[in-house]
This record gives sequence, structure tokens and C-alpha cells, in this order.
Amino acid sequence: MLRKSLFAFATLTTALSFNSMAQAEEVNIYSYRQPFLIEPLLKAFSEETGIKTNVVFAKKGLLERLQHEGRNSPADILLTSDIGPLFDATEKGLFASFNSDIVNTNVPQQFRDPEGRWVGLTSRARLVYSSKERVKEGEITSYEDLADPKWKGRICTRSGKHTYNLSLIGSMIAHHGEEKTESWLTAVKGNLAQKPQGNDRAQVKAIKEGVCDLALGNSYYFGKMLTNEKNPEQKAWAKSVNLVFPNQADRGTHMNISGAGITKNAPHPAAAQKLIEFLTQAESQKFYADVNFEFPVRPNTKRSDLIEKFMGDFKGDSINLQKVSAQRSAAAKLVDKVGFDN
Amino acid sequence: MNTHSVTRPINASNTTGWYTSSWGAALLVALPVLSVFYLALFPEENIWRHLADTILPVYISTTLKLLIGVATLSVIIGVTTAWLVTMCQFPGKRFFEWALLLPFAVPAYVIAYIYTDILEFSGPIQGFLRGIFGWHTVKDYWFPEIRSLPGAILMLTLVLYPYVYLMSRAAFLEQSMSLKDASRLMGCTPWQSFYRISLPIARPSIAVGLALVSMETLNDFGTVDYFAVQSMSAGIYDTWLNMGNLGGAAQIATMMMIFVVVLIALERIARAKQKQFHSTDRFKAIQAYPLNRLRSIFAFSACLLPILLGFIIPVALLVAYSISHLDQFFSTDFLLHAGHSFLLSGSAAILCLILAVLLTYAKRLNPNKIGLVSAVRFSSLGYALPGAVLAIGVIIPLAAFDNTVDAWMRSQFDISTGLLLSGTIFAVIFAYCVRFLAVASGAVDSSLNKVTPTMDMASRSLGMSPGKTLIKVHFPLIKGGLLTAMLVVFVDCMKELPATLILRPFNYDTLATFVYQYASDEQLEECALAALLIVLVGIIPVILLSKSITGTRSAH
Repeated sequence: MLRKSLFAFATLTTALSFNSMAQAEEVNIYSYRQPFLIEPLLKAFSEETGIKTNVVFAKKGLLERLQHEGRNSPADILLTSDIGPLFDATEKGLFASFNSDIVNTNVPQQFRDPEGRWVGLTSRARLVYSSKERVKEGEITSYEDLADPKWKGRICTRSGKHTYNLSLIGSMIAHHGEEKTESWLTAVKGNLAQKPQGNDRAQVKAIKEGVCDLALGNSYYFGKMLTNEKNPEQKAWAKSVNLVFPNQADRGTHMNISGAGITKNAPHPAAAQKLIEFLTQAESQKFYADVNFEFPVRPNTKRSDLIEKFMGDFKGDSINLQKVSAQRSAAAKLVDKVGFDN
Repeated sequence: MNTHSVTRPINASNTTGWYTSSWGAALLVALPVLSVFYLALFPEENIWRHLADTILPVYISTTLKLLIGVATLSVIIGVTTAWLVTMCQFPGKRFFEWALLLPFAVPAYVIAYIYTDILEFSGPIQGFLRGIFGWHTVKDYWFPEIRSLPGAILMLTLVLYPYVYLMSRAAFLEQSMSLKDASRLMGCTPWQSFYRISLPIARPSIAVGLALVSMETLNDFGTVDYFAVQSMSAGIYDTWLNMGNLGGAAQIATMMMIFVVVLIALERIARAKQKQFHSTDRFKAIQAYPLNRLRSIFAFSACLLPILLGFIIPVALLVAYSISHLDQFFSTDFLLHAGHSFLLSGSAAILCLILAVLLTYAKRLNPNKIGLVSAVRFSSLGYALPGAVLAIGVIIPLAAFDNTVDAWMRSQFDISTGLLLSGTIFAVIFAYCVRFLAVASGAVDSSLNKVTPTMDMASRSLGMSPGKTLIKVHFPLIKGGLLTAMLVVFVDCMKELPATLILRPFNYDTLATFVYQYASDEQLEECALAALLIVLVGIIPVILLSKSITGTRSAH
């Protein structure tokens, strides 16, 4: 009986693996982005083009899977929620260059790989959230200010090694060099109210609860909290803070992106390019931005009312993200060195 | 014939098949672990120096504290409750026998989320206290911080103590009453009899349970991540994902496996001289001590507390959350996800059991072949790897196999076979087997060890082959252990998340991945229903399990 069931099992798995190869017009996606953010867009894409989309979602490991599957990998597109994996995949030579006039028109150069291996689809700013009650407007205006001793015991943040913070620290290194960044990071560490923990929202909540007065957080969380009908207590968190866009007087606020690249061994490169072009279209860009309160990368896309009201016009750091990403590993080492998370 | 026939039962030539196939199986299962070693030895960029100089000491000391805390608490809770429900007579005993296993069905990350909700600043308890005492902000009063190392120890203990409970209860049930009777006749009090006779006899089983608890603690990521506890598994993820250095992560993972090896070796040395087998009267019914009123109340509370904290409160909360999101149940491909979960977990459980029996029995047939015995032990190391690292360890050999076959077929027949195993459910099931073989082997091994080798000798001298002896003699004796092994693996697979996420085929969801899509956003309410269903599914085997264990004794 065991032998029989083993045989049946083997047949089943083989059948399944062949089955997945038999489809015609389709595009296969390894996604670091959550399904509910991309599913409506993929559905619209399939309806418009007749191309079927297949997705594997995971928050880690997809890059390695792609790498080891090598030339037989079924994946056409790697979709990420951060610059980090895009940069790593590029470094490992997993992406093919592509040149699309549509993409080049829709996405400013700052949000694209110079050699066309990845493209940003949405952008977000890393903000300082400040307590309405305990921090006066204008009291903090830059990331550098976070190192001021007057904030001792008043700052909250998630892990220094979280990818969002690594990009921020990476941008500090890109602008100021490693030495200055180290003393800045040490000073910020000295100002923390508690050991780095939780996600970005949890920091805003900590401000509401009086644990701290300043917190680092991505811009879209503000919108997500302010409109959260399922967990209305989050509205109160959002209402307890002001949004500070740091460094308006000089280089601008640190920006990060979500994005995509076409894999080197993509079985359906043409369909993959079509999907990426689709995602940079006006309607897709608007949808993306509206659902997740991110900024469209495509200029002149209408942004949601909430974003217009609270985030208006601000100056984003225009440094090419390639340069920031190149410093991420140095940033991670600095975090260890100053014991930021300890 | 060898004179030391107890340690070296039968050495006939027809054990060769067992010998070779078990070597093969052990190697196959060891492949992912070897892949991780490979990554550790040949990293793309070596940052070991940096790690050792900065953060590694923190990872190690935190991990040690976590391990010692969880292990101590688990033994206290697990052994005490197992002894109470097995050897004592008090109200509720029948209920507690199986209910004490319930927390096992709750994933650690779920319980961590729930207790944070309850105990944090904005939670009901602190809110209540603030209301009474007129406090306002965090700075007005002190309250224990749940998101801390002690908090993590508590959370992990609450869902892991059932391993110790399970193993020690099985051991207590299997003990011969005559030994205990003898000790009592010679003047031991019940407590002395417990410390001097029952506990030492049960020690190997308790150790197996404890080893499982320790390994689960080592590879837990969800809880330590949420609580910002810098354990080694948190360090592995940090190094891999945030520093982009898989090699460095593999190095920490390798060190963690060394931890496990040392742990197991210490345990083996400690009980090296202890070897006992059942005497023949194990089927005499256990006479439980009747407890007086005060002691009954104590026993009742001692058994209720872990169930209350580890199951009733978290499940009640999940139910409360679920009620507001019932619509989800009807709007999803829920049955499909559940079907996937059952298919994957069921196949893995069966396969794991087959492998476990093969390996432990081959070891029994060849106890003096050090190479084989070490290979069998090595094969259970996968349990100490965090799920996501294991997934990478699975991807490497499978993809290498697929690409080699593909290249060969291309060159010989001009046919591309593509990826045969990678990205199929086979990859997921294989990962489950590698990960949970230790659980199955532990249970099978401890059952099989209790069968005296004279049984083998009698059977073999009557002309039965090793295979027939296994089926006709051993299986009936250890079927409780086999069922335990299979069901524990099944429940573990249902809860497994990181490896499933990374290895699964396109458009493929299980209950756990479905829960995760929502839970990853720390939105517990959104996924409460599915989480509840994982727990409920986990309960069924838990109940069966408990019935079968009790049955191992009372059926006779």
C-alpha cells in the first residue's frame, strides 16, 4: 500500500510540474508585494491583454529561488516593495536590460536603473512623525537634527536593520560619508526612548501613548492609519502626530521605491515587458497610489485627496537610488557597530 | 553469536538492504543541511569577522537565555502535569489528559500577537488599571513589558510545553507498576518514588521532548522578531535579508546547528549508562493516587493554568475577532486552501513516518556501525534550521538536480525538461520532511528503544526476516508511538510558514500562507478566522493523539 501511494504521489507531482509548463500566453511573477495590492491590477491587465498572470508571493527568499533555478526558472518578473532586492538582483546579474519607450516616458530617470534593468513603480518618503502635543512645529527640520541631545529619550524607530532604515542610513552615507554617519547614528541611538522594535505604525502609536515624541516612518502609513475603518484606534494614532518632511532646505527628503525587473531567463519577456508598461500607465499608477497612499512615479498623475491635503508639494532627495543602495551593506555594518538595536 | 547480544541484537547478512537504503535516505534528507554548510564555507563576501566583533556575542547570550528559560519552564509544566494526570486521581483528570495538549495547536506567532494585544499599553488590562488609578502616560507607572526576552520565553513555553508533556506522559504510562510498587513497599513516599524511580526511568523520553522544545525555540522567528529579541535566528534573518549576506546567515545557522549537536551530545552523555526495557507486566492498570481536597484543588489549578493561558484565552480572542469578519469565510477559496494544507501535511506526515521507521530500525539492526548511526543523527539536523534558511537549502540541491537533468536531456535528445522538482509541491513536502524528520524519529526511536532486543532475537531465531519482525512484532507494540510521530508532524506542517511561502508553486495557497497575507501586516483581526481554523484542524490530531496514548495502556 505504501508503495502504491508513493507511486501515486510521484505521478501527481510530475503531472503538476508538467501541467504548469503547458500554458501559452502568460507571465509568471515572483512577488515581494502583498497580493491584495497587486491582484486588482493584474486582473485588469489580463482583461485588457488576455495574458494570464501567475504569482508566488513571499517576503523573503524569492531572489535566491530565482538565482538557483537559473536558466530554467519559470519567473518572468520580480516585483519588490523596496529598492533593496532590486539592487541585489541587479548585482547578481539576475535581470535583463529592457528598453521601453513607454516606460522611459512614464518613469523619471531618478527612479530607473541607468542600464534599464529595473524600474520603480511607486515612491514613498521616509518621514519624521512628531507629537502634536510635545513638539513645536519647526523644532525639527532634518534627519541630522535627530542627533541633537535635546531629543534624548524622545525618539522611537523600528529596527535599524530594517530595509527602510538601511536605505535611509545608506543615503546618509552617500551624502556625508561613513565616518560622519557613524557619529550621527551613535547620537541617534543615544536619543532613543526604547530599544528599536515593532513596525512603522507601532512607532506612531508609541507617540500617541507618550513613550516618545519623534518617530521615523514611511509616508503611506499615515494614510493607512488615518483611513483605517477596521481598526479605528489607528485614526487616533495618526491624529496625534504632525508630518515632518526632513531636509526641505537642502537635499530633500529621503525617497524609496517599490519596483520591478524582468529576469534574465524569462520565458515570456515580451509579456513581462507589457505588464511593466501597463503598471506605469496613468490608471495603474493612480490605483496603486490610491490604494496604498504611495506616490505615483509617473509625473502629473493625479494623487489622492488625502495625499494632496497632508503631503502637498515637498522636495524629495533626487539622488539616484543606485547610489543609495550601494551603501546599504555598509549601513548594516554601522548598525551592528554602534549596537543600534541592542 | 556475540555475547553482548543486548546491545548487538542480530547481525545476519540480510540486514544489508536496510543498511544501504537507510544510508541513502539519511543522505537525501541531509542534503539541504549540507547545502547550508556549503554556503557557510564559501560565502560570496565573508563578514564573519565583522559579526564576531560586533553583534554575534549578543545573539549567542540572548539565545542561551531564551533556551534555558523555555526549557526550564517547559519541563516544570510538562512533567508536573503529566505526572498529575497519569498517576493521581482528581476531578477533571480525564479532561486534562487531552486538553493539556491543546496549546500545541496554536502557532507561536499567533499567541505572541494576541498577548501583545492584551498586555500592551493600549490593551484592556493596562487601560483598566489606568482607569482605576488615574494614570495617564507610560511614564506614570510600571508594567511588565510583554515585548521582551521574558515575554518571549513565556510565549514559547505556552505553546511548546506540550512536547514535554506528551513524551513524559507516554513514558509514565509505559512504566511498569511493579517497580513503583516495589519502591513503595520498601518505604518510599509517593514523592520519593517519583524522584527515585519514575522520573529517572522517564528521563530519556523527557529529554526527547526537551530536545524538540529547544530546537523549536532555536528556530522560532515570528515571536523573537515581533518582540525584538536578538536571538540567533533573528540574527540569521538580519544578516541574510538586511545585510544581503546569505553566506554570513548560513554561518550563524551552522553555529546554531553546532549548538544543537552539543545539546544532544550532553543529553546522551548524561544518560549513557541508563538503559532499561519494559518488564513484562506493563499492562497492569495504573493505580492512581487519590488526592485529598486541598491537593485536588492544587492539581486542578496546575493543569488548568497552562491550558487557560496557552489555549482558552487566545482562542477566545480569535473567536471574538472572527465574528466581525465572518464574511471572509464565504468570500475566499477557503476549502481549496484547506485542501492544499491537508495534502501537503498529510503526504509529509506519511513520508516522514516511513523515513523515521527506516532510519531508526536500520540503526537498531546495525548499532555498531558508527557511520550509519551518525548519519541517522545528522539527518535530523534540519529541525534546527529556521524555515526560510531550510528553504534555500532545499532550493539549491533540487535546482541543481533539475538543471543537470535538463542539460543532459538537451545534449542527448534536444529536449528540455525544465524544472522537474523545483517549484512543485514536491519541493514543499521534501522541505517538511527535512524539517520535521527529527520529530518523527524522536518519537519512533523512543518507542522502539523500549522494546527489549530479546523480542528481536526470539523472532529472528524463529526464522523471520528483519522486515517481517518489524511488521509482525514491533509495529503492534509501538503503534501508539508511530501514530504520535505521524500526527505531531502533521500538525507541525499545518503551521509551517516560511519554507512553504518560498517553495510553493504559482498561485498556491495553504491555510498558513493565507493567514500570513493578512498577519504580516500585523492585522490580526483580518486573519483571525483562518488562524482559528489552523488551530481547530490542529486540535483533531491532538485529541486522537491523546486517545491513542491512553489506549496504549488501557486497551490491553
